[in-house]
Amino acid sequence: MTVSVQAEDFDVAAEIAALSAGRNEVGAVATFLGLVRDVSGGSNVAAMTLEHYPGMTEKSLEEIVEQASARWSLYGVRVIHRFGRLEPGDRIVFVGVAGAHRGEAFAACEFIMDYLKTRAPFWKLEETPEGARWVDARDSDDSAAARWEQGGR
Amino acid sequence: MTVKILYFASLKEALGCTEESFVLPSGVSTVGELRSFLAERGEKWKALGEGRNVRAARNQRMAAPADPVLPGDEIAFFPPVTGG
Repeated sequence: MTVSVQAEDFDVAAEIAALSAGRNEVGAVATFLGLVRDVSGGSNVAAMTLEHYPGMTEKSLEEIVEQASARWSLYGVRVIHRFGRLEPGDRIVFVGVAGAHRGEAFAACEFIMDYLKTRAPFWKLEETPEGARWVDARDSDDSAAARWEQGGR
Repeated sequence: MTVKILYFASLKEALGCTEESFVLPSGVSTVGELRSFLAERGEKWKALGEGRNVRAARNQRMAAPADPVLPGDEIAFFPPVTGG
């Protein structure tokens, strides 16, 4: 299983271990873990609810993993993204990449996160003292994804 | 000549609509034309209008305005994504 979109929390240590279990050719595992923060845009955030597009979300993540696998020589990839109501400190997203060396593992991990941010259909609704508000997409996320299209590595 | 249309997040709230079955009118054969047609349906539907930051998907893949819409398609409209 490469991609999971789920409400449940996950075990980071178990996911990292699984990426290299029984595979002695793996020399590097790079990971990214995204967490809910308690502030956003100057407001306190009590919780956030992640909405997604069942079906398309899984497909888009699988496609991003395929693109990363075509670009770098990877031994394993794991992407987990949660949906539903999450509170500050909760885990939102995990990306783990196993490769022979750190170069491709770091790069592929960053590539997957940059593409996930701009292409995977998730939307955040934050609960703040001023009320609930939908998070606006950031231009900086678009530029982070765009640099990979200009041959960035 | 029917398509399924889904709406998500802030757009879903603005429109008060999650999902609908929609009979394609003549002259609507692309994602962009469908969006323009829907945007004319009334005041709240202006949320789909030109100049609004709306993305589209056709059969669960990101779509461009020029992409075709065919009977049986699943079309979705939503704001720019904010996951991660």
